[in-house]
Amino acid sequence: MGSINLKRADPNFRKELASQPGGENISACFSCRNCTASCPISAVNDTFNPVKIIRMALYGLKEEVLKSDFLWLCSSCYTCQERCPQGVSITEFMTLLKNLAVKEGNMPSGIRAQRDLIKGEGRIYPLDDFDNKKRNKAGLPPIPITCDVVKKLFPE
Amino acid sequence: MKYALYLGCTIPARSRNYELSARKVAETVGVEFVDVEEFVCCGFPMKASDIKAAEVMGAYNLALAERNNLDICVLCSSCASQLTEVAHELYEDGPKREEINKLLLKAGVEYEGGVRVKHFAHILLDEVGEEKIRENLVRDLKDLRIAAHYGCHYLKPSEIYDGSDHVEDPKSIETLVALTGAKIVDYHGKKRCCGGPVLPVVEDVALSVAKEKLDDISKTDANAMCLVCPFCSVMYDDNQKGIESEYDTTYNLPVLYLTQVLGLAMGFDRKELGLNMNVVKTKELLLQYFQKE
Repeated sequence: MGSINLKRADPNFRKELASQPGGENISACFSCRNCTASCPISAVNDTFNPVKIIRMALYGLKEEVLKSDFLWLCSSCYTCQERCPQGVSITEFMTLLKNLAVKEGNMPSGIRAQRDLIKGEGRIYPLDDFDNKKRNKAGLPPIPITCDVVKKLFPE
Repeated sequence: MKYALYLGCTIPARSRNYELSARKVAETVGVEFVDVEEFVCCGFPMKASDIKAAEVMGAYNLALAERNNLDICVLCSSCASQLTEVAHELYEDGPKREEINKLLLKAGVEYEGGVRVKHFAHILLDEVGEEKIRENLVRDLKDLRIAAHYGCHYLKPSEIYDGSDHVEDPKSIETLVALTGAKIVDYHGKKRCCGGPVLPVVEDVALSVAKEKLDDISKTDANAMCLVCPFCSVMYDDNQKGIESEYDTTYNLPVLYLTQVLGLAMGFDRKELGLNMNVVKTKELLLQYFQKE
Protein backbone atom coordinates (compact mmCIF):
# COMPACT_ATOMS: atom_id res chain seq x y z
CA MET A 1 0.00 0.00 0.00
CA GLY A 2 1.78 3.19 -1.11
CA SER A 3 0.79 6.77 -0.31
CA ILE A 4 -2.81 7.90 -0.65
CA ASN A 5 -3.80 9.79 -3.81
CA LEU A 6 -6.82 11.92 -2.96
CA LYS A 7 -7.28 13.11 -6.55
CA ARG A 8 -9.06 9.85 -7.25
CA ALA A 9 -11.53 10.20 -4.39
CA ASP A 10 -15.23 9.51 -4.89
CA PRO A 11 -17.12 11.65 -2.37
CA ASN A 12 -20.22 9.46 -2.59
CA PHE A 13 -18.47 6.27 -1.58
CA ARG A 14 -18.73 7.11 2.13
CA LYS A 15 -22.51 7.54 1.85
CA GLU A 16 -22.82 4.41 -0.24
CA LEU A 17 -21.04 2.44 2.51
CA ALA A 18 -22.97 4.03 5.38
CA SER A 19 -26.27 2.88 3.88
CA GLN A 20 -25.33 -0.81 3.88
CA PRO A 21 -25.06 -3.43 6.65
CA GLY A 22 -21.53 -3.29 8.05
CA GLY A 23 -20.93 0.29 6.96
CA GLU A 24 -23.33 2.10 9.29
CA ASN A 25 -20.97 3.23 12.02
CA ILE A 26 -17.71 3.48 10.15
CA SER A 27 -17.49 7.27 10.51
CA ALA A 28 -16.95 6.79 14.25
CA CYS A 29 -13.38 5.61 13.54
CA PHE A 30 -10.93 8.06 15.13
CA SER A 31 -7.79 6.30 13.82
CA CYS A 32 -6.49 4.99 17.14
CA ARG A 33 -4.97 1.97 15.32
CA ASN A 34 -6.14 -0.54 17.91
CA CYS A 35 -7.40 -2.63 14.98
CA THR A 36 -4.04 -2.76 13.22
CA ALA A 37 -2.16 -3.36 16.47
CA SER A 38 -4.44 -6.33 17.25
CA CYS A 39 -4.56 -7.80 13.75
CA PRO A 40 -2.94 -11.25 13.35
CA ILE A 41 -2.51 -10.63 9.62
CA SER A 42 -0.88 -7.20 9.98
CA ALA A 43 1.54 -8.91 12.38
CA VAL A 44 2.91 -11.09 9.58
CA ASN A 45 2.15 -9.04 6.46
CA ASP A 46 2.34 -5.24 6.31
CA THR A 47 0.30 -4.95 3.10
CA PHE A 48 -2.78 -5.53 5.26
CA ASN A 49 -3.60 -2.60 7.50
CA PRO A 50 -7.21 -2.27 8.75
CA VAL A 51 -7.02 1.38 9.86
CA LYS A 52 -5.60 2.36 6.48
CA ILE A 53 -8.39 0.52 4.66
CA ILE A 54 -10.98 2.31 6.80
CA ARG A 55 -9.37 5.72 6.13
CA MET A 56 -9.10 5.02 2.41
CA ALA A 57 -12.77 4.07 2.28
CA LEU A 58 -13.76 7.18 4.23
CA TYR A 59 -11.69 9.38 1.90
CA GLY A 60 -13.63 7.87 -0.98
CA LEU A 61 -10.82 5.88 -2.59
CA LYS A 62 -13.33 3.40 -3.91
CA GLU A 63 -11.34 1.93 -6.74
CA GLU A 64 -8.11 1.56 -4.74
CA VAL A 65 -9.97 -0.35 -2.05
CA LEU A 66 -12.33 -2.46 -4.13
CA LYS A 67 -9.74 -3.45 -6.72
CA SER A 68 -7.08 -4.26 -4.14
CA ASP A 69 -5.58 -7.62 -3.28
CA PHE A 70 -4.93 -6.61 0.34
CA LEU A 71 -8.65 -6.47 1.15
CA TRP A 72 -8.81 -10.25 0.80
CA LEU A 73 -6.16 -10.83 3.45
CA CYS A 74 -8.65 -10.08 6.25
CA SER A 75 -9.15 -13.39 8.10
CA SER A 76 -12.45 -12.17 9.64
CA CYS A 77 -11.19 -13.13 13.10
CA TYR A 78 -13.14 -10.24 14.74
CA THR A 79 -10.22 -9.24 16.98
CA CYS A 80 -10.32 -5.66 15.69
CA GLN A 81 -14.09 -5.42 16.03
CA GLU A 82 -14.04 -6.71 19.61
CA ARG A 83 -11.34 -4.22 20.60
CA CYS A 84 -12.49 -1.11 18.76
CA PRO A 85 -13.08 1.59 21.41
CA GLN A 86 -15.51 3.35 19.08
CA GLY A 87 -17.68 0.30 18.52
CA VAL A 88 -16.99 0.19 14.79
CA SER A 89 -18.03 -3.17 13.31
CA ILE A 90 -14.72 -3.46 11.48
CA THR A 91 -15.03 -7.14 10.52
CA GLU A 92 -18.55 -6.59 9.17
CA PHE A 93 -17.18 -3.60 7.29
CA MET A 94 -14.43 -5.71 5.70
CA THR A 95 -17.10 -8.24 4.69
CA LEU A 96 -19.12 -5.44 3.08
CA LEU A 97 -16.04 -4.25 1.16
CA LYS A 98 -15.30 -7.79 -0.03
CA ASN A 99 -18.91 -8.21 -1.21
CA LEU A 100 -18.64 -4.90 -3.11
CA ALA A 101 -15.27 -5.93 -4.56
CA VAL A 102 -16.90 -9.11 -5.94
CA LYS A 103 -19.51 -6.93 -7.68
CA GLU A 104 -16.59 -5.02 -9.26
CA GLY A 105 -15.12 -8.29 -10.51
CA ASN A 106 -12.40 -8.58 -7.85
CA MET A 107 -12.56 -12.06 -6.36
CA PRO A 108 -9.67 -14.45 -5.57
CA SER A 109 -10.00 -17.76 -7.38
CA GLY A 110 -10.10 -19.72 -4.09
CA ILE A 111 -13.06 -17.67 -2.84
CA ARG A 112 -14.80 -18.08 -6.20
CA ALA A 113 -14.25 -21.84 -6.07
CA GLN A 114 -15.81 -22.04 -2.61
CA ARG A 115 -18.83 -20.00 -3.69
CA ASP A 116 -19.34 -22.09 -6.83
CA LEU A 117 -19.02 -25.36 -4.91
CA ILE A 118 -21.61 -24.30 -2.35
CA LYS A 119 -24.05 -23.00 -4.95
CA GLY A 120 -23.56 -26.12 -7.07
CA GLU A 121 -23.10 -28.94 -4.57
CA GLY A 122 -24.23 -27.54 -1.21
CA ARG A 123 -20.82 -28.02 0.44
CA ILE A 124 -17.21 -26.88 0.05
CA TYR A 125 -16.02 -30.47 0.21
CA PRO A 126 -18.51 -32.51 -1.83
CA LEU A 127 -18.74 -36.14 -0.70
CA ASP A 128 -18.78 -39.27 -2.86
CA ASP A 129 -19.45 -42.98 -2.40
CA PHE A 130 -15.86 -43.54 -1.35
CA ASP A 131 -16.29 -41.06 1.55
CA ASN A 132 -19.40 -42.90 2.65
CA LYS A 133 -17.52 -46.20 2.50
CA LYS A 134 -14.91 -44.74 4.82
CA ARG A 135 -17.66 -43.37 7.07
CA ASN A 136 -19.37 -46.73 7.14
CA LYS A 137 -16.12 -48.45 8.05
CA ALA A 138 -15.64 -46.02 10.92
CA GLY A 139 -19.20 -46.68 12.13
CA LEU A 140 -20.52 -43.27 11.02
CA PRO A 141 -23.88 -42.74 9.28
CA PRO A 142 -23.88 -42.00 5.50
CA ILE A 143 -24.30 -38.46 4.16
CA PRO A 144 -26.20 -37.70 0.91
CA ILE A 145 -23.75 -37.21 -1.96
CA THR A 146 -26.05 -35.03 -4.02
CA CYS A 147 -27.81 -31.83 -3.04
CA ASP A 148 -30.79 -30.55 -5.00
CA VAL A 149 -31.90 -27.82 -2.64
CA VAL A 150 -29.13 -25.36 -3.65
CA LYS A 151 -30.56 -25.31 -7.17
CA LYS A 152 -33.87 -24.19 -5.71
CA LEU A 153 -32.29 -21.63 -3.37
CA PHE A 154 -29.98 -20.22 -6.07
CA PRO A 155 -31.69 -20.65 -9.46
CA GLU A 156 -29.43 -19.72 -12.40
CA MET B 1 -30.72 -33.72 26.21
CA LYS B 2 -31.28 -33.95 22.48
CA TYR B 3 -29.69 -31.96 19.66
CA ALA B 4 -29.57 -32.00 15.88
CA LEU B 5 -25.90 -32.69 15.13
CA TYR B 6 -24.66 -30.15 12.59
CA LEU B 7 -21.45 -31.42 10.95
CA GLY B 8 -20.92 -28.83 8.21
CA CYS B 9 -18.52 -29.44 5.30
CA THR B 10 -15.07 -29.96 6.78
CA ILE B 11 -15.84 -32.60 9.42
CA PRO B 12 -17.38 -35.37 7.26
CA ALA B 13 -14.71 -34.88 4.59
CA ARG B 14 -11.54 -34.18 6.57
CA SER B 15 -12.13 -34.66 10.32
CA ARG B 16 -13.84 -37.96 10.94
CA ASN B 17 -11.68 -38.24 14.08
CA TYR B 18 -13.52 -35.22 15.51
CA GLU B 19 -16.92 -36.63 14.62
CA LEU B 20 -16.12 -40.09 16.01
CA SER B 21 -14.81 -38.78 19.31
CA ALA B 22 -17.64 -36.25 19.69
CA ARG B 23 -20.24 -38.97 19.21
CA LYS B 24 -18.52 -41.18 21.82
CA VAL B 25 -18.31 -38.37 24.37
CA ALA B 26 -21.93 -37.34 23.75
CA GLU B 27 -23.18 -40.88 24.21
CA THR B 28 -21.20 -41.25 27.43
CA VAL B 29 -22.60 -38.13 29.08
CA GLY B 30 -26.16 -38.55 27.81
CA VAL B 31 -26.36 -36.07 24.96
CA GLU B 32 -28.43 -37.57 22.14
CA PHE B 33 -27.43 -36.52 18.62
CA VAL B 34 -30.00 -36.63 15.83
CA ASP B 35 -28.60 -36.68 12.27
CA VAL B 36 -30.48 -34.45 9.84
CA GLU B 37 -29.54 -35.75 6.40
CA GLU B 38 -30.60 -32.63 4.51
CA PHE B 39 -28.24 -30.22 6.30
CA VAL B 40 -26.06 -28.28 3.84
CA CYS B 41 -23.12 -25.86 4.20
CA CYS B 42 -23.73 -23.21 6.91
CA GLY B 43 -22.88 -20.46 4.43
CA PHE B 44 -19.78 -19.18 6.24
CA PRO B 45 -17.36 -19.65 3.31
CA MET B 46 -19.69 -17.56 1.14
CA LYS B 47 -19.94 -14.62 3.50
CA ALA B 48 -17.00 -12.82 1.88
CA SER B 49 -18.43 -13.11 -1.62
CA ASP B 50 -22.19 -13.02 -1.12
CA ILE B 51 -23.51 -12.34 2.37
CA LYS B 52 -27.17 -12.67 1.33
CA ALA B 53 -26.60 -16.16 -0.06
CA ALA B 54 -24.68 -17.06 3.11
CA GLU B 55 -27.63 -16.00 5.25
CA VAL B 56 -30.04 -18.06 3.17
CA MET B 57 -27.84 -21.14 3.59
CA GLY B 58 -27.70 -20.59 7.36
CA ALA B 59 -31.45 -20.02 7.59
CA TYR B 60 -32.19 -23.14 5.55
CA ASN B 61 -30.31 -25.27 8.09
CA LEU B 62 -32.05 -23.55 10.99
CA ALA B 63 -35.42 -24.21 9.33
CA LEU B 64 -34.59 -27.91 9.02
CA ALA B 65 -33.73 -28.13 12.72
CA GLU B 66 -36.89 -26.25 13.60
CA ARG B 67 -38.98 -28.68 11.52
CA ASN B 68 -37.50 -31.45 13.66
CA ASN B 69 -38.18 -29.49 16.87
CA LEU B 70 -34.50 -29.54 17.75
CA ASP B 71 -31.81 -27.11 18.77
CA ILE B 72 -28.49 -27.41 16.97
CA CYS B 73 -25.20 -28.75 18.34
CA VAL B 74 -22.23 -27.58 16.27
CA LEU B 75 -18.71 -29.00 16.27
CA CYS B 76 -17.09 -26.48 13.91
CA SER B 77 -16.50 -22.95 15.18
CA SER B 78 -17.14 -21.26 11.83
CA CYS B 79 -20.46 -23.07 11.53
CA ALA B 80 -21.19 -22.08 15.15
CA SER B 81 -20.62 -18.42 14.40
CA GLN B 82 -22.51 -18.40 11.11
CA LEU B 83 -25.56 -20.31 12.36
CA THR B 84 -25.64 -18.39 15.66
CA GLU B 85 -25.42 -15.10 13.79
CA VAL B 86 -28.26 -15.97 11.43
CA ALA B 87 -30.38 -17.28 14.34
CA HIS B 88 -29.64 -14.01 16.16
CA GLU B 89 -30.65 -11.92 13.11
CA LEU B 90 -33.84 -13.88 12.53
CA TYR B 91 -34.86 -14.35 16.16
CA GLU B 92 -37.49 -11.64 16.02
CA ASP B 93 -40.27 -11.46 13.51
CA GLY B 94 -39.65 -8.59 11.11
CA PRO B 95 -38.75 -7.56 7.57
CA LYS B 96 -35.42 -9.41 7.67
CA ARG B 97 -37.03 -12.77 8.47
CA GLU B 98 -39.77 -12.10 5.97
CA GLU B 99 -37.22 -11.44 3.23
CA ILE B 100 -35.27 -14.64 4.02
CA ASN B 101 -38.44 -16.69 4.25
CA LYS B 102 -39.46 -15.56 0.78
CA LEU B 103 -36.25 -17.16 -0.50
CA LEU B 104 -36.60 -20.26 1.69
CA LEU B 105 -40.06 -20.83 0.29
CA LYS B 106 -38.41 -21.92 -2.97
CA ALA B 107 -36.93 -24.83 -1.03
CA GLY B 108 -40.23 -25.54 0.70
CA VAL B 109 -39.23 -24.49 4.21
CA GLU B 110 -39.85 -21.58 6.55
CA TYR B 111 -38.04 -20.36 9.65
CA GLU B 112 -39.90 -19.00 12.67
CA GLY B 113 -36.96 -18.03 14.84
CA GLY B 114 -37.11 -20.83 17.37
CA VAL B 115 -33.73 -22.58 17.12
CA ARG B 116 -30.82 -22.21 19.54
CA VAL B 117 -27.32 -22.99 18.29
CA LYS B 118 -24.58 -24.17 20.66
CA HIS B 119 -21.06 -25.42 20.20
CA PHE B 120 -20.62 -28.90 21.69
CA ALA B 121 -17.91 -27.66 24.10
CA HIS B 122 -20.36 -25.18 25.58
CA ILE B 123 -23.07 -27.82 25.80
CA LEU B 124 -20.64 -30.00 27.74
CA LEU B 125 -19.67 -27.25 30.15
CA ASP B 126 -22.94 -25.34 30.54
CA GLU B 127 -25.54 -28.08 30.20
CA VAL B 128 -23.97 -31.46 30.91
CA GLY B 129 -21.83 -29.92 33.65
CA GLU B 130 -18.46 -30.72 35.20
CA GLU B 131 -19.87 -33.19 37.72
CA LYS B 132 -21.50 -35.45 35.18
CA ILE B 133 -18.34 -35.41 33.03
CA ARG B 134 -16.11 -36.19 36.01
CA GLU B 135 -18.32 -39.18 36.93
CA ASN B 136 -17.45 -40.75 33.59
CA LEU B 137 -13.70 -40.32 33.66
CA VAL B 138 -11.65 -43.48 34.19
CA ARG B 139 -8.15 -42.46 33.07
CA ASP B 140 -5.97 -39.81 34.67
CA LEU B 141 -4.24 -37.84 31.89
CA LYS B 142 -1.68 -36.26 34.25
CA ASP B 143 1.18 -36.71 31.79
CA LEU B 144 -0.46 -34.60 29.11
CA ARG B 145 0.56 -30.95 29.06
CA ILE B 146 -2.01 -29.18 26.92
CA ALA B 147 -1.87 -25.83 25.15
CA ALA B 148 -5.47 -24.88 24.36
CA HIS B 149 -6.39 -23.04 21.17
CA TYR B 150 -9.78 -21.29 21.26
CA GLY B 151 -9.77 -19.87 17.75
CA CYS B 152 -11.94 -16.96 16.69
CA HIS B 153 -15.45 -17.92 15.76
CA TYR B 154 -15.92 -20.12 18.82
CA LEU B 155 -16.05 -16.84 20.79
CA LYS B 156 -16.68 -14.03 18.32
CA PRO B 157 -18.45 -11.84 17.45
CA SER B 158 -19.28 -11.74 21.19
CA GLU B 159 -22.56 -9.88 20.63
CA ILE B 160 -24.19 -13.00 19.12
CA TYR B 161 -23.05 -15.40 21.86
CA ASP B 162 -24.44 -15.86 25.36
CA GLY B 163 -21.32 -14.64 27.14
CA SER B 164 -20.44 -17.89 28.89
CA ASP B 165 -16.85 -17.40 27.69
CA HIS B 166 -15.11 -14.03 27.82
CA VAL B 167 -13.55 -13.09 24.47
CA GLU B 168 -10.36 -11.71 26.05
CA ASP B 169 -10.11 -14.37 28.75
CA PRO B 170 -11.81 -17.57 27.61
CA LYS B 171 -11.74 -20.53 29.97
CA SER B 172 -14.14 -23.20 28.69
CA ILE B 173 -11.68 -25.49 26.87
CA GLU B 174 -9.12 -25.38 29.65
CA THR B 175 -11.81 -26.00 32.28
CA LEU B 176 -12.92 -29.12 30.43
CA VAL B 177 -9.36 -30.35 29.76
CA ALA B 178 -8.39 -29.81 33.42
CA LEU B 179 -11.12 -32.27 34.48
CA THR B 180 -9.04 -35.07 32.91
CA GLY B 181 -6.01 -34.40 35.12
CA ALA B 182 -4.00 -33.02 32.18
CA LYS B 183 -1.82 -30.02 32.93
CA ILE B 184 -2.90 -26.75 31.29
CA VAL B 185 -0.07 -24.81 29.68
CA ASP B 186 -0.60 -21.09 29.23
CA TYR B 187 1.28 -19.41 26.40
CA HIS B 188 1.79 -16.09 24.68
CA GLY B 189 -0.59 -15.58 21.77
CA LYS B 190 -3.24 -18.01 23.00
CA LYS B 191 -6.00 -15.92 21.43
CA ARG B 192 -4.36 -15.66 18.01
CA CYS B 193 -6.31 -16.69 14.91
CA CYS B 194 -5.23 -19.87 13.04
CA GLY B 195 -5.16 -17.99 9.71
CA GLY B 196 -7.55 -20.49 8.13
CA PRO B 197 -9.90 -18.11 6.28
CA VAL B 198 -6.90 -16.71 4.35
CA LEU B 199 -5.83 -20.18 3.15
CA PRO B 200 -7.95 -20.05 -0.06
CA VAL B 201 -6.62 -16.51 -0.77
CA VAL B 202 -2.86 -16.49 -0.11
CA GLU B 203 -1.59 -19.73 1.33
CA ASP B 204 1.77 -18.51 2.62
CA VAL B 205 0.19 -15.66 4.61
CA ALA B 206 -2.22 -18.14 6.23
CA LEU B 207 0.58 -20.54 7.07
CA SER B 208 2.75 -17.80 8.53
CA VAL B 209 -0.09 -16.90 10.93
CA ALA B 210 -0.38 -20.56 11.98
CA LYS B 211 3.39 -20.76 12.38
CA GLU B 212 3.41 -17.95 14.96
CA LYS B 213 1.29 -20.01 17.32
CA LEU B 214 3.27 -23.21 16.77
CA ASP B 215 6.43 -21.19 17.57
CA ASP B 216 4.88 -19.80 20.75
CA ILE B 217 3.73 -23.21 21.96
CA SER B 218 7.06 -24.81 21.19
CA LYS B 219 8.67 -22.40 23.67
CA THR B 220 6.61 -23.99 26.48
CA ASP B 221 6.67 -27.53 27.88
CA ALA B 222 3.32 -28.40 26.24
CA ASN B 223 3.30 -31.84 24.61
CA ALA B 224 0.01 -31.41 22.73
CA MET B 225 -2.40 -28.81 21.47
CA CYS B 226 -6.15 -29.02 22.04
CA LEU B 227 -8.80 -27.34 19.89
CA VAL B 228 -12.50 -27.33 18.99
CA CYS B 229 -12.65 -26.46 15.28
CA PRO B 230 -11.86 -28.65 12.25
CA PHE B 231 -10.50 -25.74 10.27
CA CYS B 232 -8.09 -24.72 13.02
CA SER B 233 -7.03 -28.37 12.98
CA VAL B 234 -6.40 -28.21 9.23
CA MET B 235 -4.03 -25.31 9.92
CA TYR B 236 -2.12 -26.81 12.86
CA ASP B 237 -2.37 -30.56 12.24
CA ASP B 238 -2.76 -31.12 8.47
CA ASN B 239 -0.43 -28.23 7.59
CA GLN B 240 2.13 -28.66 10.36
CA LYS B 241 4.51 -30.74 8.21
CA GLY B 242 4.26 -28.19 5.39
CA ILE B 243 5.08 -25.33 7.78
CA GLU B 244 8.02 -27.33 9.14
CA SER B 245 9.50 -27.86 5.71
CA GLU B 246 8.75 -24.32 4.48
CA TYR B 247 10.48 -22.76 7.49
CA ASP B 248 13.04 -25.51 8.06
CA THR B 249 11.95 -26.20 11.61
CA THR B 250 10.43 -29.06 13.65
CA TYR B 251 7.47 -28.99 16.01
CA ASN B 252 6.19 -32.56 16.08
CA LEU B 253 3.30 -31.27 18.19
CA PRO B 254 0.25 -33.56 18.28
CA VAL B 255 -3.02 -31.66 17.79
CA LEU B 256 -5.98 -33.20 19.61
CA TYR B 257 -9.64 -32.34 19.49
CA LEU B 258 -11.17 -31.55 22.87
CA THR B 259 -13.45 -34.54 22.38
CA GLN B 260 -10.41 -36.81 21.83
CA VAL B 261 -8.90 -35.62 25.13
CA LEU B 262 -12.19 -36.16 26.99
CA GLY B 263 -12.80 -39.49 25.24
CA LEU B 264 -9.32 -40.64 26.18
CA ALA B 265 -10.06 -39.87 29.84
CA MET B 266 -13.39 -41.71 29.45
CA GLY B 267 -11.48 -44.87 28.57
CA PHE B 268 -12.08 -45.18 24.82
CA ASP B 269 -9.43 -46.77 22.63
CA ARG B 270 -7.37 -45.20 19.84
CA LYS B 271 -9.58 -46.12 16.93
CA GLU B 272 -12.83 -45.31 18.73
CA LEU B 273 -11.56 -41.74 19.02
CA GLY B 274 -10.03 -41.66 15.54
CA LEU B 275 -6.61 -40.94 17.05
CA ASN B 276 -5.10 -42.98 14.20
CA MET B 277 -6.39 -40.29 11.78
CA ASN B 278 -4.59 -37.33 13.35
CA VAL B 279 -1.91 -36.19 10.93
CA VAL B 280 0.82 -35.49 13.49
CA LYS B 281 1.24 -38.91 15.09
CA THR B 282 -0.19 -39.32 18.58
CA LYS B 283 1.09 -42.83 19.23
CA GLU B 284 4.20 -41.93 21.20
CA LEU B 285 2.39 -39.29 23.24
CA LEU B 286 -0.36 -41.70 24.22
CA LEU B 287 1.70 -44.88 24.45
CA GLN B 288 1.05 -45.47 28.14
CA TYR B 289 -2.72 -45.55 27.58
CA PHE B 290 -2.67 -48.06 24.76
CA GLN B 291 0.20 -50.38 25.62
CA LYS B 292 -1.95 -53.48 25.27
CA GLU B 293 -3.16 -52.63 21.75
